[in-house]
Amino acid sequence: MMAYEPVIGIETHVELTTASKMFCGCPVDFGAPPNTNVCPVCLGLPGALPVVNGTAVEYAMTIGLALNCDIAAHSVFARKNYFYPDMPKNYQISQFDEPLCVDGHLDIDTGDGPVPVGITRVHMEEDTGKSTHIGEGGRIHAATHSLIDFNRAGVPLMEIVSEPDIRSAEQARAFVTELREVVLRLGVSDAKLEEGSMRFDGNISLRPEGTEAFGTKVEIKNMNSIRSLQRALNHEIERQTALLEAGEAVVQETRHWNEETGTTSGMRSKEESFDYRYFPEPDLVPVAVDDEWRERVTARLPELPAQAYGRYLDMGLDGPVAAVISRDVEYGSVFEAAVAAGGTPQMVANWLTGEVTALLRRTESTLAESAINGTALAELSSMVADGTLSASAAKDVLAGVAAGEGTPDEVAASRDLIQVSDSAALEPIVDEVLAANAEAVEKLRAGDGKVVGFLIGQVMRATGGKADPGAVSEIIRSRAG
Amino acid sequence: MSDLADLTLAEASRGLRAREFTSVELLEAVHRRAAMTEANLHAYLTLDRDGAARAAVAADSAFKAGTDLGPLQGVPVALKDNMVTRGLETTCSSKILSGYEPPYDGTAVSRLRDGGAVIMGKTNLDEFAMGSSTENSAYGPTRNPWDPDRVPGGSSGGSAAAVAAGSAMVAYGSDTGGSIRQPAAMCGIVGLKPTYGLVSRYGLIAFASSLDQIGPLTRRVEDAVAALEVVGGHDPADSTSYPGPVPDYRSGLESGVSGLRVGVVTELNGEGIEPAVQEAVDRTIARLEAAGATIVPVSLPSLEYALSAYYLIAPAECSANLARFDGVRYGLRRLGENVEEMMSNTRAEGFGPEVTRRILLGTYALSAGYYDAFYGQAQRVRTLIIRDFQAAYEQADVLVSPTSPTTAFPVGERTADPLSMYLSDVCTIPSNMSGDPAISVPVGLDGAGLPIGFQVMAPALGEPVMVRVAAEVERLAGFDARARFASSEVQ
Repeated sequence: MMAYEPVIGIETHVELTTASKMFCGCPVDFGAPPNTNVCPVCLGLPGALPVVNGTAVEYAMTIGLALNCDIAAHSVFARKNYFYPDMPKNYQISQFDEPLCVDGHLDIDTGDGPVPVGITRVHMEEDTGKSTHIGEGGRIHAATHSLIDFNRAGVPLMEIVSEPDIRSAEQARAFVTELREVVLRLGVSDAKLEEGSMRFDGNISLRPEGTEAFGTKVEIKNMNSIRSLQRALNHEIERQTALLEAGEAVVQETRHWNEETGTTSGMRSKEESFDYRYFPEPDLVPVAVDDEWRERVTARLPELPAQAYGRYLDMGLDGPVAAVISRDVEYGSVFEAAVAAGGTPQMVANWLTGEVTALLRRTESTLAESAINGTALAELSSMVADGTLSASAAKDVLAGVAAGEGTPDEVAASRDLIQVSDSAALEPIVDEVLAANAEAVEKLRAGDGKVVGFLIGQVMRATGGKADPGAVSEIIRSRAG
Repeated sequence: MSDLADLTLAEASRGLRAREFTSVELLEAVHRRAAMTEANLHAYLTLDRDGAARAAVAADSAFKAGTDLGPLQGVPVALKDNMVTRGLETTCSSKILSGYEPPYDGTAVSRLRDGGAVIMGKTNLDEFAMGSSTENSAYGPTRNPWDPDRVPGGSSGGSAAAVAAGSAMVAYGSDTGGSIRQPAAMCGIVGLKPTYGLVSRYGLIAFASSLDQIGPLTRRVEDAVAALEVVGGHDPADSTSYPGPVPDYRSGLESGVSGLRVGVVTELNGEGIEPAVQEAVDRTIARLEAAGATIVPVSLPSLEYALSAYYLIAPAECSANLARFDGVRYGLRRLGENVEEMMSNTRAEGFGPEVTRRILLGTYALSAGYYDAFYGQAQRVRTLIIRDFQAAYEQADVLVSPTSPTTAFPVGERTADPLSMYLSDVCTIPSNMSGDPAISVPVGLDGAGLPIGFQVMAPALGEPVMVRVAAEVERLAGFDARARFASSEVQ
């Protein structure tokens, strides 16, 4: 049987968190009551004209630079014409043949070394309003009427288009995950998938392995999480593989992902596809970016995940740990703060990727929601290192810190978890345990070293976990010797 | 002059400052004139009597307080009904905007209010400014004050008729392909299209965004200058607004034409021009030469294609600009089985035939597979026209031509033949394509007693030299149409 290789490209829309909209002064505020953040411009009232938001252009440049794009000295807005009731002008101001950013790449790594994914373009456009369809099924065609909220109309939107360089759903997942981290690191969007401030469309075709020509592509829409993107692509790979194996053709079309059924269904074919009749937006002059502006934005770029990864390796972190921390903004900032507070990098990193992650998973919370900060983590890891806390007590302290009970010092004291290493305090307890376990002591004396662990465990239990296991072991061996 | 309604702006401005009469008295005179002429002319769609009365009282108080708000303070002004006015119905002469009251004032309107102007109301136009006769109005045509059986030109025909008849002292219009200059010519008044970007388009309901420009219609050249000064200048709300300071138009008004080079455009004179019109233009050119100007023939070969290119670019832009009229948020709404049907029903009923024709033309010109041959090609022609003008302005300080190939034509004569209507703008369209300023000045009457307009064109921001020549043309022509403003003549 012939093996097929998937060829995947991803289009990502990112809503920018500028203070005001793309072409007017209305605030970008997603919590506001419907139709309160509106004006003649974003409502498309007769006579109103757009004015480009310079901050949005800077944000878009930031994304472009972070994705290694060339920034065009001269880029042009165009009108994309189609009728839709929540699009006030019935054209969207977008960029077409002269976008702001072109020819970049973003490297991903799914464990087989870095793979560069080309970025065709990053362009600016405006978002539409939001429709709520009342009546049958909530879809527009069966609705009795629809309500439109224009608060979102005109919110700055970036479209990031990748080259078809992705070869698996797993790589697609890695790409969008990495892209999301970049966007978050840049601070230009909150990139919330569930709220739609970051959205993806996938283009996918199959071709026989070892061949170069592209197969017929299908565009998949309506994937509102990274997981559903991955599921949808895998489903589409199976569907297209089955078609090709049965000798049937893949139809070029747009397909809708259904989260419940885990399948895609056809929306419209190429013949029905829109003719957007793009032409240059006559109400706006071209966006001119000179060297001075580009350099100013470049100088303000924060450190990106890939750069942080390299730096963490230089600090001595293991690759996997460095990868986790460099890809997560919150982890990165807690890690940096912990190191700044005197924590040993590898030790702090191990805590973050080990116990902290496990705790957050158990409590279904995020690092930002918990009270864990860099100072606390530095303190905690040094308390373990110097023997003040046992490894098991430290987990309890961490839970207390996360719950907001105070600093590790305070939690350890209030929960009475300070490790006892003092021989004078431990000896009477060890003696009691040895007396109660004569049989084990006999075995130890006979040279069976395995029972030491059992005896240490008994001492730990007697001290409520506070005893320093190393110190206990030494006392046991000296008594039995 | 017994009737205040027949004053020029300059005369009214002086009289108000000298306390010879009040703004309220001036408004009453103009309202009396409108009461006499409107039944025949239909220059206005909306007369805002209350708003105008309040503005006149306010202007008089300001005069009493010694406040000078500029040349339009206390002066009755009419606005073409495609300029949005807060709380005052703005229809573009279209059914689709029937009853629409904008929630904001456009920039030019705000500047007029700040300048103490008394806004009389809104004047008739060809629907969405598409036309050359003001016959394409959903609310009925406007008639020419010189002959009610003839059109006033268009699309700013209501504004032109009002100024000519004395039912407004000054009016504003918009000029996309000649819509200020051509009706000014046909009504015997002055019409000025400024350099593209000199007057903000914010609040002008767009026809073709890259061509539209607001400008004044007045009785005298110096009035047009004053009216332009009030509304002109940079506006951050219009990205295509010219960012530099407004030129000083006034200083050259009395300077004459001695030493100036006046270019006579070969392609816009002679062929296709009515003999009486060409004779009046030639006479004016001869007078300019006698007054010291050097006359040079100038050829702009690309103008041959200007009309065709215009009728691709303007409809293409209008097809997108008018997409927002869909019944969803404002204006007419005709329900249907679903939202597409509602939009389709609304637009089918709301737009008249000429607007529909241009939307279809523009949609076609932008369609995949045709874009390059139509819209792309038209833009290349536009570039050639701009270059031809630049070359011409190496040889001449201003260029001249008739404003319109004919004087006012009879009502109904061209409505069945769009092409003949389109040809009415052949002399005015080139300046819109290049973005340069142009002005029409009345220079005489034809055998039927209909006014003839003379066009003076200048390079971008060349308004100072343009109005300098226009003022001299006006002096040399000695044309004073005020006899025609008398009420007995226009009833």
